[in-house]
Amino acid sequence: MLKPNEKIDINEILKDLKNYKPKRYGWTFRKKVDKQKIGLLEYFDTSKPLKNSIPLPASRQMDYIDPQPDITITVEIASGRFEDDIRRMRMAAWHGADHIMVIRTLGQSHFDGLLEGTPEGVGGIPITRKQIRATRKALDLIEEEVGRPINFHSYVSGIAGPEIAVLFAEEGVNGAHQDPQYNILYRNINPVRSFVDAGVSKTIMANFNMLQIDGAHNANATAKYGYKVMPELLVQHAINSLFSLKVGMKKELIALSTVPPDAPPFPSLRLDIPYANILRKVFKGFRFRAQMNTKYVESDTREATVNHTLNALISKLTSADIQSTITPDEGRNVPWHYNSIHAINTAKQTLIAADGIKNFVKIENDGLEKEKEREILERAILFLEEIIEVGGYFKALELGFFVDSGYYPERVGDGIRRPQNGGDEANSVVKRASDYLAPVCYHFGYNNLPEGLNKPCDLIDGCTFCKREKIVYIDELDPEDNVEVRLKENEKYDKEGMFKPEVQWKNDGVILISMFLPISKEKAPYAAIEIGKKLGLNNVEVVHQQVLHPAEGSLVEIKGEVPFFIKESEIVVPKKIPPLSDGEIESEVKKRGGIKCVAATLGEDEHNVGLKEIIDIKHGGIEKWGFQVTYLGTSIPPEKVINAAIEVGAKVILASTTVTHGEVHRINLKKLNDVAIEKGVRDKLIIIGGGTQLSSDFAKDVGIDASFGRGTKGIDVASFIIRKLREKN
Amino acid sequence: MVREDDYQKRREHLKNMSEDELINYFWQLTEKIVDPLVELSKTHTSPSIERSVLLRMGFSSIEAKNIVKHMIENNLLSHGAGNVVLIYSKLMKKNYLEAGKNLSEGTGWEDIVNYYRRNQNAQAK
Repeated sequence: MLKPNEKIDINEILKDLKNYKPKRYGWTFRKKVDKQKIGLLEYFDTSKPLKNSIPLPASRQMDYIDPQPDITITVEIASGRFEDDIRRMRMAAWHGADHIMVIRTLGQSHFDGLLEGTPEGVGGIPITRKQIRATRKALDLIEEEVGRPINFHSYVSGIAGPEIAVLFAEEGVNGAHQDPQYNILYRNINPVRSFVDAGVSKTIMANFNMLQIDGAHNANATAKYGYKVMPELLVQHAINSLFSLKVGMKKELIALSTVPPDAPPFPSLRLDIPYANILRKVFKGFRFRAQMNTKYVESDTREATVNHTLNALISKLTSADIQSTITPDEGRNVPWHYNSIHAINTAKQTLIAADGIKNFVKIENDGLEKEKEREILERAILFLEEIIEVGGYFKALELGFFVDSGYYPERVGDGIRRPQNGGDEANSVVKRASDYLAPVCYHFGYNNLPEGLNKPCDLIDGCTFCKREKIVYIDELDPEDNVEVRLKENEKYDKEGMFKPEVQWKNDGVILISMFLPISKEKAPYAAIEIGKKLGLNNVEVVHQQVLHPAEGSLVEIKGEVPFFIKESEIVVPKKIPPLSDGEIESEVKKRGGIKCVAATLGEDEHNVGLKEIIDIKHGGIEKWGFQVTYLGTSIPPEKVINAAIEVGAKVILASTTVTHGEVHRINLKKLNDVAIEKGVRDKLIIIGGGTQLSSDFAKDVGIDASFGRGTKGIDVASFIIRKLREKN
Repeated sequence: MVREDDYQKRREHLKNMSEDELINYFWQLTEKIVDPLVELSKTHTSPSIERSVLLRMGFSSIEAKNIVKHMIENNLLSHGAGNVVLIYSKLMKKNYLEAGKNLSEGTGWEDIVNYYRRNQNAQAK
């Protein structure tokens, strides 16, 4: 059992992995709860709330509700060290992800066999039994903590596809990418091998109810212009989907990986909506895994976030079973912890914002929309016709039909060409002989089994799918490159409670700094590096530059490594005094025959929301306990406030102010103190300042009694007043 | 191949189809492309497929890799790795896991090659 206030213990996860059995197998979609009341409102498209979660920041003003969409949310996590990824997975689950996708390390596609142990990866994780089992074990704990099943996912591809499928089935992996076209086009693996292997891989996946996601979205990522690839996307989806159906996958576990292909400054919504619509019509009954766009992710995280918001909006306007997320920093580095969380929140925020939107907004099913939909479908049909005309799939591949940057039937001639007998593992496939036999369950294709068996593995007294104890677990093969060695590196720091900031790996020390530099765009990045170095950072790199004006300057963001450790035990947290109880405040106010206060916003300040929250009974303000507040209004000069306090005989002044550049808040609050002294009433008054960014130390500087910042509640102010009055008499 | 966008010309025969007809036609065409691929997958095997069989039989990934390597060297892949392991286990009257271990260590391959040679001869006669 995980405890919300304790870190997940990686050593505990690694303990006795040999005997760990996953809790369940197969994919779980979220279940829609119709017309669910959450907080003040009723929702149309939500699922059960989580046991433990972190809501969106603005929920602070909506009673901290955290409605969960009915669409599964995906996060891709793979830093190369699974022990660090596990912590990020936990954070992701708390923010609303229930589909964790693990990217594989560079080059695993070309490894013929399974990797073992826990070596470190590059740009992803080496998928091995130990890594998978440890991660699944952690996720089994995390899903209990948040109260929702978490789907674990990786790739059944490369030249060891069928073996990976077996591994995933045995270890309770719930979903996988499987698409022979991905192997062929993007990994240059022999086409024949890829399709032959796919039959077995898919059969195993189907029998364990794994969700399959195809690879068509890659055609978008590699296209020259997003919209031009739409006809081909339909073709690629169709080939993999129909192949999958024919080898026995269920339609409802075949998901199309679909991306809105475009982004602004193209008019992306009107380009992408007809595409999304026709896709859903042609592939009715299949599942849709809506992916966020990666093709147009630059180093600007703001731009990426807006694109991804629009992508999720299209999911709501059309349909999606899964909303996959792309981190906003994908254009600058391997995704960082907090950017994975940002991506999840972009999805959650948009999906919830558009809750029930289809009851209010309908996509036109006529005119231009219909015309565009039809055009995409017709172009896809022409594509299929030509594949058949030239002699089938392998011939079309050889001729470079796929990922050509023309809008089919337009051809630019830059498509990827893959000969039938070319690529990695060419000529590795053989025809099964008449005595071909595979004495195991869930095999695909010709199998010369003797008659009268209940199941194929009767021949061997059970296969690993039927007798789990037959699985051979290998712990480690490399004594240098494994998790134990990596954990040891940090052990001494852990023991002393030392830490560094981190973005992906424990104690990586990386931080990000944003700055505006008022110099030419050519010099700005170099100046930024200089600043980073002078701040003492190591390995400083510019990750983003945005020219705000060619002459006036640039926004530059740098990353760099902090060279020092911090000791957690030496960090001093200013003590927060707990508020008094309702009853105690109420009786004290009564005893004193009421406590009079005057309240106002100072100077030129029309913002009174914060102040009203502190005063008003309906916001849980101090009137609730019987304080009598005279509200003077907004933009009141300090002199007037003091005069009013004298006039009504107030014991307390509540002065709210906006924190400004010109230090106006400081001047005004100091003046309040000065005028009170001048008029000889300072010791009769409790003067309290409030404003979003005021710290508790601020009061001492300007001579008032207390200052309260963001997040202050009426009860904090009331408790302070009572305690201060008790001090006085 | 380089070609101008001749969509208007090419679509002549699609122009009068309804949306449903287009969708049906789309799937009919896809089927023509996919059917031979499914057939290929049913009738063929690969090193990875055979290793996946050995894994399911309870061999380690290292043993599976070695057995399949020897199968390819001896031109036996088409018979199936599980088949070969079972044949050897019968020949040696050993438990199949033990027989497979021997094969992964490189022993016994001659016996299997001879077994197939005998069978072929018997069939020829």
